[in-house]
Order: sequence, then structure tokens, then C-alpha cells
Amino acid sequence: MYQAIVFLPLIGAIVAGLISLVGARARHPGGSPSTGGHSHPQPHSGTTATHADAHGAAEPAAGSRSAELITTVFLFIAMILSWIAFASVGFGQDARVQIVSWIASGDLRIDWAIRVDTLTAVMLVVVTTISAFVHLYSIGYMEEDPYRPRFFAYLSLFTFAMLALVTADNLVQLFFGWEGVGLMSYLLIGFWYHKPEANAAAIKAFVVNRVGDFGFALGIFAVFMLTGAVDFTTVFAQAPSLTGKTIHFLAWDVDALTLICLLLFMGAMGKSAQFLLHTWLPDAMEGPTPVSALIHAATMVTAGVFMVARLSPLFELAPVAQTVVVVVGATTALFAATVGLVQNDIKRIVAYSTCSQLGYMFVAMGVGAYSVGMFHLFTHAFFKALLFLGSGSVIMAMHHEQDIWKMGGLKDKIPFTYAMMLIGTLALTGFPLTAGYFSKDAIIDAAFATKNSAMIYAFACTVAAAALTSFYSWRLIFVTFHGHPHDRSHYDHARESPMVMLIPLAALAAGSILAGYPFRNLFAGEDIAAFFRTSLRFAEGNHIIEDMHHVPASVTVLPTVMMVLGFLVAWHFYIRKPEVPGELARQHEPLYRFLLNKWYIDELYDLVFVRPTLWLGRLLWKGGDGWLIDGFGPDGVSARVLDVTRNVVRLQTGYLYHYAFAMLIGVAALITWFIFKFGGAG
Amino acid sequence: MTITLGHYLTVAAILFTLGIFGIFLNRKNVIVILMSIELILLAVNINLVAFSTFLGDLVGQIFALLVLTVAAAEAAIGLAILVVYFRNRKSIAVEDINLMKG
Amino acid sequence: MIITALFFYLFAGMCIASAIMVIAAKNPVHSVLFLILTFCNASGLFVLLGAEFLAMILVVVYVGAVAVLFLFVVMMLDVDFAELRQGFLQYLPIGALVGVIFLAELLLVVAGWTIAPSISQSIAAPTPPIASVPNTEAIGTVLYTRYIYFFQAAGLILLVAMIGAIVLTLRHREKTKRQSVADQVARTRATAIEVVKVRSGQGLS
Repeated sequence: MYQAIVFLPLIGAIVAGLISLVGARARHPGGSPSTGGHSHPQPHSGTTATHADAHGAAEPAAGSRSAELITTVFLFIAMILSWIAFASVGFGQDARVQIVSWIASGDLRIDWAIRVDTLTAVMLVVVTTISAFVHLYSIGYMEEDPYRPRFFAYLSLFTFAMLALVTADNLVQLFFGWEGVGLMSYLLIGFWYHKPEANAAAIKAFVVNRVGDFGFALGIFAVFMLTGAVDFTTVFAQAPSLTGKTIHFLAWDVDALTLICLLLFMGAMGKSAQFLLHTWLPDAMEGPTPVSALIHAATMVTAGVFMVARLSPLFELAPVAQTVVVVVGATTALFAATVGLVQNDIKRIVAYSTCSQLGYMFVAMGVGAYSVGMFHLFTHAFFKALLFLGSGSVIMAMHHEQDIWKMGGLKDKIPFTYAMMLIGTLALTGFPLTAGYFSKDAIIDAAFATKNSAMIYAFACTVAAAALTSFYSWRLIFVTFHGHPHDRSHYDHARESPMVMLIPLAALAAGSILAGYPFRNLFAGEDIAAFFRTSLRFAEGNHIIEDMHHVPASVTVLPTVMMVLGFLVAWHFYIRKPEVPGELARQHEPLYRFLLNKWYIDELYDLVFVRPTLWLGRLLWKGGDGWLIDGFGPDGVSARVLDVTRNVVRLQTGYLYHYAFAMLIGVAALITWFIFKFGGAG
Repeated sequence: MTITLGHYLTVAAILFTLGIFGIFLNRKNVIVILMSIELILLAVNINLVAFSTFLGDLVGQIFALLVLTVAAAEAAIGLAILVVYFRNRKSIAVEDINLMKG
Repeated sequence: MIITALFFYLFAGMCIASAIMVIAAKNPVHSVLFLILTFCNASGLFVLLGAEFLAMILVVVYVGAVAVLFLFVVMMLDVDFAELRQGFLQYLPIGALVGVIFLAELLLVVAGWTIAPSISQSIAAPTPPIASVPNTEAIGTVLYTRYIYFFQAAGLILLVAMIGAIVLTLRHREKTKRQSVADQVARTRATAIEVVKVRSGQGLS
């Protein structure tokens, strides 16, 4: 069964990929397709072609329908199997399925095995559920796109990579999945590759991820160096014996476990878009909305959180690393929330919201409440995917318009979408009894209760971020759905999305509400030990879960208070007195610009990293390669040969007596040499 | 004073050098080149015969005879070439013969 | 002895002087005449060496044939001897230098030459004393027996040279009447004779 869960999406991806390849060959027989070949515009099948597609007027690929259906059906089967696995593993036994022996080199033995413990089961459920509904949604969202088979192939392949990541039994397998999701993210963000912005965003995502992956790889090497193995069972067993050991790193001797955890966390920072390695996430919105929902809300970005949870035995032994995790997570939560306050693109608001919520999860991980972090991951997947898919529905209704200031008053035109977005927002802001309420408030309680040295900072950041989250979420709702329509023509043409897109919205909304209360004890209450068993490790001195429940009542209601505060301010700004935000922005122009431009971090990176790298590359190219290697190599040699021959040619004057003279000189030289060599012998 | 082998060889050497000079020092016409070649061959002949006499070996004279033969043949051909060249170019000034210029 | 030395210096001096004039003369006809003089003096040197056959052959072949040929060609080619082009002096320094080096080396060799004492065993064709066998007869004895191959080869060379000279310079004139024996012999009655009926008093028209 577990193999089916992991490999069904792969099979679906291969089938869809073959369909897309066959379709590509049929479309461009005997040659590579020219960029956006519009030589013969085909009439669209039925639908009104009033808007110029971003993908060009190419005909739809043959076999698209079968590609969609096969992959979606496979995903739904995998989803059902995952829920079954969740039940059987969570309340029953862990499972391990060996697939094949992968690497056997010296002391290094790596097997390909599927490890299913509770942590994995939770992730399986999250990944397959969200992926299945995103597949279903994409049937509707991408219906006019001619490259659908390729899209579905990529989606399924991504799901496979993510599943390989969560079912990994050893660090190298996890890294395989890690890299796989990074690759698929690149392919999916740049899906509309004719757009230069999409290409640039895809490259940015991949490169920034790479920076994190570099740290991750170093961490894996350090683990192997210290323990001689990479599979989790062995490493975790040996972990307690590594406390106090030091490694010589660069110029210092550092604590081994701390170093390993920090390096591995660097990977998580890249993958989960934490502060400093977050720059790729907003740009990743260039991809289609289903991609944003799947990858950048629910699955890929949570891989970092999952990884920290999976390595909890290591993190529990490195308190310094934990503090770093807390600080980074809290900073991200606050930073992303501040930037999200002033964004104007609907998808970017939700993207920064994701970034902020990931920070929450890392705060939970850092204080030692791993299951609480997983709880938030679980619930967040539902309502964030809901928000993204809902935004996609809005975008479809507005004919691919994404600026919220061109929307307005849509709640009468697309009521179902409006209701779904409302549910999602309630869950996100932590309205009582929604899923988000249980998980997010649990994190804030944990942040208060922790004995970690960064407690005050974490608590302050998370509480402030809660207020800001509420504000910008309600800002989105009010500006998009309430008030007067800002763009009349788009507004008139707006209509509700097809059923195939609304069903996933409804399902995810149900999840946003129902994924909280029934699971609260399993994740954040008394049943943690029975539920998670050995998949998460809580150290002896780690009583965070207990302490969490004993915080003062004022702390427990604080997030709710923050939520209400944010709601009121947003209501005041955007419903009662809509001119206030504009005034405020004009009065505090520098602050507004600072937030709008994401704290100018992109510009800073450009100055510090990108330009010097480009300069160095140009130097090595023109100077190193061009002048040095080519100059002293082929070009130089050929130029010297030409010079020499040009001079030698001057010897060939054509005059016979010159030649005879040369011969004479040669003879004279020869005789001279002979005389001096054999002189004396006569 | 006794005329030794060295005297004859010296004479031959000087003739040889003069012949060489004639090849590349002249700028007038090509015939001088051909005549210089004859001078060189003559110098060689003197060498051969001198050695033949002083070593008491007839081979030197035989060889000188053969050299004579070849010299005559070569002179004939050389002049024939010159004639044909003159017919085509109407000039035998050495400086004009630079068609092989590369 | 004195006579021998005197004659030697006479012949050698004149030989060298005329050789210098060969390359220094402005008029090419003068050059050829000085060449003839050089040959004659060289012939005298040969006689002093006792190679009388070779001396005579030198006069007959070189002077009588080669030099005359030179003269023919010089006369035939319309050479404007007044064109003494500049540039003679341009190469003089370097050429003189190289030539002097060359000469010096040759003389060095000559001066330091010692003949190996064992040479008497390796003489190929010992010269018979001149009193008993004349030089011509001695050469003939050796030439037609041991060196017959070279003799024949020399003949071949001369043949080739002759053919070559003719091939190079022959100008075939189209319009000159030449006799073709083969055509004459292959004539048949049909091509040679034509019978024409002639009316009396008319004649052939």
C-alpha cells in the first residue's frame, strides 16, 4: 500500500509526460518548436477568444483530457490510501518497506526504503489531499491552456518527489526528494516559459534554494563524518553519544551537534523561505495559481518544517540551534506580515502570509513543541491552499487580473468563492473553533511558556504578527469583495467558476474548519505520546506541551484579541473611511516605500551578491577565458603562427640569387660547425 | 719552390669562391649566373685532378671527365631554358625574375 | 722545378684574374671571352699536373662547345648591356663577409690537411708511370673496363640533355612545308589521281 501511495503519482506523471511529448511531436513534426509559433492561429474550441492568452494562440494538446483524468484519479486513490495509512499508523504500528539497495560503497550503505511513522503519515495525508484537490482544480483552471499534459505531468511528478521526501528513511533519500521538489518548483514556476519574468522567477527560486541546499549538503556530510551512517535509525541512536563533541570548522572548534543542526537548518531556511532566503517566494507567484497553492502553501515550503521535525532527536540535543530556529522563525513571522500589509497583488498577499505562517511553525519547532508545529502545518495546508485556490477563482473571474485595486464589490457576483475565502480568512486569523485557532494559538502559548532564551522576542513577534495577519487578511477581503467595483468592464464579465474548481474549494473549507478541533489532543494535547510515539523526540527536560496548557488566561485570549483588533482596524480603513490608508501612505511615504519594496532586501542582495558575481563572471569570461586561456592557447598560437609565417614569407623573394645566397650561408655555417666539432682531427 | 697539393687546392678554393660570388653578386643578367656555375665546376675539376696526381690514383681524372660531361649537359639545358624564358619575357635582368615570390 | 713553379703561378694567377673579370665585366660578351681565358689557363694547370688528356678535352669541350654556346646565346639575346642596375653594392658587405668566411675555412682545411699514411693501400686505380703508358691510354684502360657503366651513363645524360634542349626551344612553325614520308607512301590511286573529262579546246578550269 505504501508503495502505491508513493509511486502512483510517479506513474501518472510518466503517462502524462509521454502524452505531452507525443503531443509536442505532433504539433511540431520534425523540429524543435520555435518560441511561440503563431504561424497559424487556430480558432479556439468554443470559448470566446476575447482576451489574448498569455500562452499564445496554439492549439490544445491532444490527449489533454486523458492526461488530466489519469493523474487526478491516481492522486485521489493515493489520497484515500493515505488517510487509511494515517489511521493505521497513527493509531497502530509504524511501518517500513524496503524497496531496493541503492548505494553500497565502503562504509556507506544507503537503501531505498519507505519509512512510515506517524510524522510521515501526517505529511502523507497533507500532501496527497492537497495535491489531489489541486489536480482537480487545475482541470478547471488550466482548461484553456494548450500545454495541459505537461502541467499535470509536472504536478504529479512534484507530488512524487514530495512523497519521496516525507517517506525517506535516510538523509540522502530525503535530499533526493528535497532536490526533486526544488526542480519541480523551478519547472512549474517557469511553466509559462515564454514569459521572461516567469523564467527569471524560476531561476531565482532555484538559486536561492540552492544556497540553502549547500548548507544542507554540508550538514549531511557532517552527519556521515561523525556517525558513519546516514539512515535515521542509526543516526538517532548515535546522537546522544555525540553531545559535547567538537568539529573543526573553518578556523574554529565548534560543537558538533550544533553545527550539524545549523547547517541542516540552513537548508530548511532556503526551502521554507525563512528570513534572508525568502526572496524567491513572492516571485514564485509567476507560476499558475494551482502551483502556488500546492507548492508554495502546503507542501514544498513545509518540507523544511518537516525536516526539522524529523530531525528532532538531533535538535533536542543542540539548544543553541534551537534558539537560532526560534529567532529566525519569529523574525520571519513579523517581517513577512509587515510586508504583506501593503502589497497590491492578491497572490503576493497570500504568499507573504504563507511566509509568515511558516515562521510560526519554526517558532514552534524551535521551542521544542514539534507536534504543535506539525499541527499548524496540517491546518495551515488546508486554509492556505483554500485561500490560494480561492484567489485563483477570483483571478479567473476577473479574467487574469490580479491587482486588488482593480477588483471590488465581487461578493455579489461570485458569492460561493466569497464564502470560501471568508472561511479561509477566519481560519487564518484564528477565529475561535476554526482549525487555525487551535494550531496558531497553541504556538503562541508555547512561545510564552518556553524556557528558551529567545522567549520574549518570539512571543512579541508572534503576537504582533497575529495582529498584522488579521489586518492584511481582512484588508484583502474588504478590498476585493466589498465596496464599489474599481474596474467596471471586468466586473461585468465576472462569473462564478465551474464546478470542478468549486468542489476543491468546498473540500478545503471543510478541512479548514474540521481539521482543528478533533485533532487537537493528538497534536497539542495529552495524546501526543501515544500518537507520535518515536517519530518525534522530546528530550527529558522538555515539558513544553504541559507548560503550554498552564499559561495564564490573558495569554490564551491574547491572539483572539489581536485578531479582533486587526479586523477592526481593517474595517475602519477599508469600509468606513477608505481614504485613510491613502492618507497614511502619503504621510509616511518612506515607511510605506520600505514595506512595499520588501525592506529593500532584494536590492541589497542584488548589490552584495548578484552584481559582484556577475562582475566576477564577466572578469573570468573576458579576462580569464578570453585573454588568458584563448590568448595563450588557440587564438594566441594561431596569431603567433600567422606572425611567424608573415615574416618567413619575406624570405621568399622570388630572386634566385637570394636563394643561392641562403644556400651559401648554410654551407658556410655547416662547415664552421664541422670545423669546430672535428677540429684537430684534420 | 715546390708546388704542393695545397697550392692547387688553394687555387681551386679561390675559383670556387669567385663562382659563388658571381651567383649572388651580379645584378646584370642571368648568363653570368650560368658562367659562375661553370667556374665552380672547373674548381672542382682542378681539385679532383690535383688529388689524382698527388695520390697517384687515376680515379680522380675519370671522375673529372664525368664532371665535365655533366657540366656540358647542364650548360646546354640552362641556356635552352634561358632562351625560352627570354622569348616569353623579353628580358633577362635578374631583378625581373621574381615570379616565385611567396 | 723553377720553371714548373713559374708556370704554375702564371697559369694560376691568370686563371683567377680572368675569373674575377668574368663576374665583373659589364659586357656579357666580354664575360664569355674571359671565361674562355679561364678555361685555357685551367687547361694549362692540368698539363702541369700531368693530366694531358683532360687538359685537351677541357679545351675541346669547354672552350670549343660550351663557351661557344654561351657566345651564341649572348649574341642571340638582345641584351642591353648598358643597364647596370644599382644594388650591386647593397649586398657586397654581407656577401663579401660570407665569402671571406668561406674562403678562410677552405684554406684552413687545406692547410691542416694531412694525408693518411695508409692511403697507398686504398688507391682504386693506380696511375702507371707516365713514361711507360701515355695518359690517354691509361685513362682508356681504366675507363672502358672498370668504369664502363659510368661512361654509358654519361652518354645517356648527354642524350637527355640534347633531347631536352630541343624540346625546350623548338618552335614548330605551322606554315613551313615539311615532308611526311609516311603520307607519301600511304598514298593510294584513289587519292592521288582524278580523271577529268576534258572537252577539246576547253582546258581544265
